[in-house]
Amino acid sequence: MKQHILPAIKLTLVCVLLFMITYPALIWAVAQAAPAKGEGETVTVNGKTVGYRLEGQMFNNGRYFWSRPSAVGYNAAGSAGSNKGPSNPDYLKEVQARIDTFLAHHPGVSKAQLPSDMVTASGSGLDPDISLQAAGIQAERIAKFRNIAKDKIDALIRHHIEKSINGIERINVLSINIALDQLK
Amino acid sequence: MNTEIPGVVIMFAATVLLALPLGRYIGKVYLGNRTWADAIFNPIERVIFKIAGIKPTAEMNWKQHLAALLTVNFVWFLFSMFVLMNMGWLPLNPDRNPSISADLAFNTTVSFVSNTNLQHYSGESGVSYLGQMVLMLFQFISAGAGMAACAVVFMAMREKATHQLGNFYNFFVKSCTRVLLPLSIMVALILLFNGTPMSFKGKAQFISLQGDTVNVSRGPAAAMVAIKQLGTNGGGFFGANSAHPLENPSYFTNMVENMSIILIPIAMVFALGFILKRSRFAWMVFGVMTLGFVWLLVPTIYQELAGNKAIATMGIAQPLGSMEGKELRFGSAASSFWAITTTCTSNGSVNAMHDSLTPLSGMFAMLGMMINSFYGGVGVGFLNFYIFIIIAVFISGLMVGRTPEFLGRKIEAKEMKIAAVIALLHPLLILAGTALSSYLYAHNPAFSAGWLNNPGNHGFSEMLYEYTSSSANNGSGFEGLGDNTPFWNISCGIVMLLSRFLPILGPVAIAGLLANKKYTPETAGTLKTDTGTFGIMVFAVIFIVAALSFFPALSLGPIAEYFGMK
Repeated sequence: MKQHILPAIKLTLVCVLLFMITYPALIWAVAQAAPAKGEGETVTVNGKTVGYRLEGQMFNNGRYFWSRPSAVGYNAAGSAGSNKGPSNPDYLKEVQARIDTFLAHHPGVSKAQLPSDMVTASGSGLDPDISLQAAGIQAERIAKFRNIAKDKIDALIRHHIEKSINGIERINVLSINIALDQLK
Repeated sequence: MNTEIPGVVIMFAATVLLALPLGRYIGKVYLGNRTWADAIFNPIERVIFKIAGIKPTAEMNWKQHLAALLTVNFVWFLFSMFVLMNMGWLPLNPDRNPSISADLAFNTTVSFVSNTNLQHYSGESGVSYLGQMVLMLFQFISAGAGMAACAVVFMAMREKATHQLGNFYNFFVKSCTRVLLPLSIMVALILLFNGTPMSFKGKAQFISLQGDTVNVSRGPAAAMVAIKQLGTNGGGFFGANSAHPLENPSYFTNMVENMSIILIPIAMVFALGFILKRSRFAWMVFGVMTLGFVWLLVPTIYQELAGNKAIATMGIAQPLGSMEGKELRFGSAASSFWAITTTCTSNGSVNAMHDSLTPLSGMFAMLGMMINSFYGGVGVGFLNFYIFIIIAVFISGLMVGRTPEFLGRKIEAKEMKIAAVIALLHPLLILAGTALSSYLYAHNPAFSAGWLNNPGNHGFSEMLYEYTSSSANNGSGFEGLGDNTPFWNISCGIVMLLSRFLPILGPVAIAGLLANKKYTPETAGTLKTDTGTFGIMVFAVIFIVAALSFFPALSLGPIAEYFGMK
C-alpha cells in the first residue's frame, strides 16, 4: 500500500490534466467550428429566437399542431419522463383523460385513429416530434381555427415529413408550426 | 417485417465488425506489440510515467496488482468527495448549483469510482460544470481500471504465464490513452456536429411562438456523452440521459452511441483470443454471450412493439408500440435494443425510461444486470464470465470424473471457493437489499413515504431494480423511485462498493493462483473448453446460478404485474 500511494496521487493529477482538462478543451476548441459554436442551434423567426432546433416545446394552443404530453411541461432547464409503470391505475386514468380531451377538441376524429404517442409522455419530456398520424388528425381543427382550406394544411404536413432508417414518419412540431404561421 | 427491425440488426452487425479489429488492437496494446499508435502515444505515455514516478516495465504479481488498484481508487474517492461537497463555491458554476450533501456525495462518488454511474441527482440542477468534469474524469479512469484488471487476468491465462503478470499502471494508462481516448474523441466529434452542445455557458432563455418563456440548459455535454457510452459508465449530462434531445439528437447519433455501448465489451473478448492465441476459445465465449444477449433482446423488442395492453383496451391505436417514456425519433425497437445492451453491459445510460417499459421488458432488462456477463462492463464483464467458466469447468470435471483443468492448470478447492463466493455475492446483495427496503416499506410508512412512484408489483420492481442496478454496477434505474434519501444513498453506495471490488479481486486472485501452478499440456483426456458443448455447459451454469436465483423475486415484481394486466 505504502509504495503505491505516491504514484497513485501523482498519476491521478496527470489524469486530471489529460482527461479532465486537455480532452474537453480539445473538443471545445473544435466546437468553435461546429454549428452554433456548440452552444445549441437556435431557430429564429423575424430576428427573434423562438426555440432550439433539437428541443421540443409546449404547443397546446388551438392555432398550432400540439406536441406530445411532457412530464416536465417542456421545461428545458430540466428533463424527465413520467416514470409511470404500465399498470399504474392513476396513470391509466391520466391517459384516458388525455384521450377524452383530445377527442373533445377534434370532433371528427375517432378513437381508433388516435395514435398513442399523442397521449403518452416522452422519455425526456422534450420530444421535438409527433408521428405523421398524430399530425394528420389535427389538420381539420387547425384549418377551422385559422380559416384556411384543409388541403393546404395537409400539403404542409406532407412537406414536413422526416424519416430515418427505422421507417417512422415523424413531424417536427416547431418547424411545422413556424411554417403554419407563414401560410397565407 | 416491421420497418424498425433492420436498424437494430445493422447496429449489432456493424458493432461486431468493428470489434474484431479493435479487439486485435487491444490485444497488441496489452502485449506491448508495435501498433500504428506508438508514434503518437509513446511520447505522451513517457511523460505520464515520468511525472507519476512509475516504471511501466516493473512486473507485478497478482497481489501487487490489486494493491495498486485499490490504492489509486482510494485516492479517487477522496478527490471526488472533496469536489462534490465544495463545488458550490468552486469555479465553473454559471448556473450557481449548490454543493451536495454528504450522503449524496458518498453515493455519487462511489457510483462514479465504481464505474456504476447511478445518479441520485439530476444533471441540470444537481452539479456544477466542474462537478460534471470530475465525474467525466472518473468515466475514463474507472473504465481504465476495469480494463487493466481484465488485462491482468488475460496475462495470467497465457500458456507461459508465471507469477509475473505485467505492470498495473502500464495496463491502466494504456487502456485510457490508447483505447478510450481516441474512440472518445471520434464519438464526441460526431455528436458535436450533430447538435450536442459543448459550451461552458450557463442556461439560455427564449420566448416561444406561444409566448411562454423557456430556460434551456446547456453545457460541455459532447465530451462526456462519448466516454459515458464507451466506458460502460452511463452517467448522463442531463437528467433524462440519452433520451434528451441534446445528448442524443437523432436516429443516427443513437446508432453511434448504442454501438459505442457494446463495442469495447465485445472487443475485449476478441482481445482475449488474440492474447491467448486461442481464437476458437474467444468465439466460444462470444457465442455464449451472444446467445444470452439475443435471448433477452428478442422478447423485449416483441413486447415493446406490441404496446401496452391496458392502453389497447382504451381503443386507441398503438402503431409504434408502447410510447410512454420513449422518444419518437428512436421508436420502440431501437429503444428496446438500447435497454438490453445497456443492462447487459453495465452501462446504464438510457434512451427510454425503463420504469415505463412493459412488465416483461422490465424483467429482461433486470435479467441482463442479474447475469451481468453477456458482454458485461468494459473489462469487468469478462471477469464475471470468467467466474462462470471456472464453475463450469469444475462441474464438468466432476461429471467426467477427472481433475478439473482449465487452460492447462488444475482448479482446486481454493479457486473454487473464491469462485463460489463471488458468484453468490451478487444475488445476496440484490436480494438482501430488496428484502430490507421492502420490510421498511411495509412496516414503516412514515420513513418510506415518497419512495415509490407506482403502486403494487411495479413498486416492488422499482426497489428490486435499484439494488440490481447498484450491484451490477449498471447505474440505470426505474427512476420513479424517490432515491435521494440517506437510506438509499448509503445502502446503494455500500452495495456498489462491495460489488465493484470483490468481483475484481476474486477473478484476479483465481487467475493469479492458477498462473502459479504447473502447466500441463493438453492430452486427449483434457476437457476441451473451446467447443460448443462446453459453451452450453457455461450457459447452463449462468442460467442456473444467475437467472434462477432471482426467479422468486422476479415473480413478485414484473411477472405478477404481467399476469395482472388482462
